[in-house]
Amino acid sequence: MIELILPAVASCIVAFFVVFLMTPPLIKFLEKRNLTVKDVNKKEDVMVARPGGLSIITGIIASEIVLYAFLQSNEILAIIITTSAAFVIGYVDDRKVMGGWFKPVALAIAATPIIALGAYNSDLAFPLFGTVQIPVLYIALIVFMIPITGNTINSIDVLNGVASGFMVIASFSLSICLFIVQNYEIAIASLPLGFVSLAFYKYHKIPSKIFPGDSGALTFGAMYGTIAIVGGVEILAAIALLPAVINSFLFLSSVKKITEHRQIKNPTLMTPELKLKSTDDVSAPITLVRLIVASKALSEKQVGFVIFKLAIFSGILAIITAFMMGVSL
Amino acid sequence: MKFGLFGFLFVMWILILVGGGITVMILGPFSISGFGELDWFIGSVIKAIVAIILVVIWILILSKLKNLIFRKEIKS
Repeated sequence: MIELILPAVASCIVAFFVVFLMTPPLIKFLEKRNLTVKDVNKKEDVMVARPGGLSIITGIIASEIVLYAFLQSNEILAIIITTSAAFVIGYVDDRKVMGGWFKPVALAIAATPIIALGAYNSDLAFPLFGTVQIPVLYIALIVFMIPITGNTINSIDVLNGVASGFMVIASFSLSICLFIVQNYEIAIASLPLGFVSLAFYKYHKIPSKIFPGDSGALTFGAMYGTIAIVGGVEILAAIALLPAVINSFLFLSSVKKITEHRQIKNPTLMTPELKLKSTDDVSAPITLVRLIVASKALSEKQVGFVIFKLAIFSGILAIITAFMMGVSL
Repeated sequence: MKFGLFGFLFVMWILILVGGGITVMILGPFSISGFGELDWFIGSVIKAIVAIILVVIWILILSKLKNLIFRKEIKS
């Protein structure tokens, strides 16, 4: 444990400062090349640089390489390769509008390095009841998990700062869970995700100077999913991610098909006081944000804080569950 | 509304815990014999089918629960 402190500190510093220092020049570069999009939740025509995925993936790769230099584990290699592949998939989608099925299928393929490197344990651990061996089913779980976590984080990236802020809370909760279940190596490998998200949040928080884009959101989600698999904490990771899972669940259960967000009706409207309120259009999808503003119009910042409170609540549930992993009925 | 979302989260958590228990109790001890080297494979396929059925039941329960908790908002 003691010998892991130096790699942990070094990788966290690299993760935070690479993103913190690289994002401002990236914003300037994107603005110079007119790679900006309109912030739809602002009254004026505010243009925001996009995508910020490049600084996110650079921070992740740099910090995980530092860790790999110390630990040389296949799990870290799997995190680097799968997360990088997710970034490329997201970047393609940022530059060229792809069909609704592109991302899930491509992300399923991005999960194959985890299988090829054997960086998983097919025992699925549940709190209170122990583990269950599912060798064949677990391969399917890996293939499904990366598209699910990737698209789940992507679907919550709807307001200034929400995706990165949510990721800070969820990933640090997952790191605490990994420490509790005494998987120290993967706990340390998971810390850069929290620090990268934190550094990016500085520029993504309201009013956003940069959006992560699909490349950033898929990078966050794929790394989170990969950590869950290589760390053997799939259930804990799912619990910490529950608010985003609810968002995807509500969306899919109302739209009833896999589709791109840009192809559906906006579930919220902007009031003259610049607050978000639920649309009266019954055919618009139900989303987490729509439910939050259903009874009362709220500002973008207020909605973001409600989502963060939900993330903290589910993070606490995940930590309680991690303690329950050591208890057997 | 906010309490409804926290309640929905809490119920999802309980369902995960209960689902985990059922999975471990039903799928954990399950094994099949009589097919030689294919025993583990057939056993895994059956486990996969049972797990998928459990997930479908979990989604159906959540859908009902969603309608129950958010009925007013969903209709608005």
